Amino acid sequence: MSAPLLEIRGLEVVFPTRGGLVRAVDGVDLEVFPGECLGVVGESGSGKSVTFLAVLGLLRPPGRIGAGEIRFEGRTISHLPEAELRALRGRAIALTLQDALTALNPALTVEQQIAETIETHDPDLPRGRARQRVLRERAQELLRLVGIPEPARRLAAYPHELSGGMRQRVMIAIALSCRPKLLIADEPTTALDVTIQAQVLELLGELRARLGTAIVLVSHDLGVVAEHCARVAVMYAGQVVEYGPTRAVIGDPRHPYTRGLLRSIPSIEEPERPIRPIPGQMADPIRPPPGCRFAPRCSLARPACRVPIALRPIEGGRAARCIEVAA
Amino acid sequence: MSAVAVTAATGIGAPGGVRPLLEIEGLVKHYDLRRGLRRLIEPAEGHTVRALDGVDLALVRGETLGVIGESGSGKTTLGRCALGLVEPTAGTVRFDGMDLARLDPATAKALRRRMQIVFQDPYASLNPRRTVERIVGLGLAVHERLDRAAARARILAMLERVGLGAAHLDRYPHQFSGGQRQRIGIARALVLRPDFVVCDEPVSALDVSIQAQILALLRELKEELGLTYLFIAHDLAVVAHLSDRVAVLYLGKLVELGPTRAVLKEPAHPYTRALLAAVPRLDGRRDRGAGRLAGEPPSPVRPPAGCRFHPRCPYALPVCRVREPELSEVAPRHRAACHLHREAA
Repeated sequence: MSAPLLEIRGLEVVFPTRGGLVRAVDGVDLEVFPGECLGVVGESGSGKSVTFLAVLGLLRPPGRIGAGEIRFEGRTISHLPEAELRALRGRAIALTLQDALTALNPALTVEQQIAETIETHDPDLPRGRARQRVLRERAQELLRLVGIPEPARRLAAYPHELSGGMRQRVMIAIALSCRPKLLIADEPTTALDVTIQAQVLELLGELRARLGTAIVLVSHDLGVVAEHCARVAVMYAGQVVEYGPTRAVIGDPRHPYTRGLLRSIPSIEEPERPIRPIPGQMADPIRPPPGCRFAPRCSLARPACRVPIALRPIEGGRAARCIEVAA
Repeated sequence: MSAVAVTAATGIGAPGGVRPLLEIEGLVKHYDLRRGLRRLIEPAEGHTVRALDGVDLALVRGETLGVIGESGSGKTTLGRCALGLVEPTAGTVRFDGMDLARLDPATAKALRRRMQIVFQDPYASLNPRRTVERIVGLGLAVHERLDRAAARARILAMLERVGLGAAHLDRYPHQFSGGQRQRIGIARALVLRPDFVVCDEPVSALDVSIQAQILALLRELKEELGLTYLFIAHDLAVVAHLSDRVAVLYLGKLVELGPTRAVLKEPAHPYTRALLAAVPRLDGRRDRGAGRLAGEPPSPVRPPAGCRFHPRCPYALPVCRVREPELSEVAPRHRAACHLHREAA
């Protein structure tokens, strides 16, 4: 296998709050390989979004990286000065957010927003009148790339004039405007209707194939990840609890949380199949349970679960953070 | 609505001649977008949201009818009309034989206690300044004259039934998680022992593991209390899991209605097929591109002529552009509004 594009080692992200220190991400190890699509699945409070905000250097103070290292193409980026991070963002690593209506600037047209991104990151743009022409051509080309009909007309549109699906496409166009090597798509389809979701996910898949962009698909929806990602990491309460090839993880989950998630989802093939909810609630982020974070909700929990457990490797490039897994 | 449509509507939900608990006939709800004097100078055409445009449905006591549809399909408006919360532009809604538009105040009040709703957003639908006891007890205070101790006992019993307890009575909504808030919303809806509950996207704001808890709870409560649900959601798997029958809405029109299994296994309308094809599958082996929809739903302000789905339909015939298809039987108790079935029949 080639060298990873992105490597996250022992990442900790902390947020000081009045109630105490919240360790939103606690010892996450992940890697993303060139051109792959990695799925990161978890519920609210799992740390899935915060992990990648940390990668982009976009943590909102007082949130900060408490420990660990993030490497992009072998270079450590976890403690870069802001100016260097800015250069990296957009050009090397780009981000799309769930809610395109708030992520886009309501006062600028689609063309202005795309042009702004290209101008910020591309030093090779021509000067003078040619610049405007090149920017317009590139913006139009990008809209065509993300499947927006009548791109020339859409350039003049403001975000509120577009549908949710179109806005998500525009955001993807902006993210791809500088040909990043890695695209982090945070819940790209959560706000969309199911037929539009299918279109946007298909678009992401096509773009990955055509441009070779690696994608991290952050989602709460295991089905979305199952269809589009070869590998998946399942997060719970700030930690990766299981990872591996998606088909293996979903077909034969080894962590009780992954199993519980799968049993919680109603099946469209067998709607009568009873669903079995996971009892209890997400761990308290300020006072997480000692040892395994999932133990209080786990039917297999025993006293040995009260000491911290590392991810244990399993055959087939898999791992799970559970003492039931033979180390 | 014509007499034919009326009998057809009643027939849909009344196997064995049982009178339906809820009958919706020719339901139309238009929202006028013109404000003030503009109503005088601008034509209604092009300024009216046709949220519902002639829907017939009937629910028998004890069943769960699932309603699926995407944004703008009219599913929420349908739920609001079914409860009499929104006044229809045309058509009737009858509950237990009584026309909701022609009720005297006393009957209206009596009916309201029998019809309740569970809302989508457990954050916005609970008053942040009221304790759980007052939120759940408000309906009791209006409809039943209980002394404080008796009211408290009823509230507590209901809270315990939904998985909360005495310790929660004096707390405020912000002290609860999303799942717990939805339990409070369910307790509020059920404390008056209603017959009929509209569940409007009750789990779509919740995490997967919590969503499953709430679905299981809704299912148990339905069995225990003999409830009838109109269950509205955009998630097909969730709707299918809970519903005996499924109604599919597209741009204010009912396009398919039938037993859950039949609609899932043999969807008769191309839109239903496309919806099913768009649902991500856990085995990752979905037939990619099969029935995949291009384009986006048109605006309900300017719905296409003929069949409203024809601009996106891969099987559209010339007739689909001009004539609106009627809901017709494709199998026993299974109906679809599509010219393809007329052609085949």
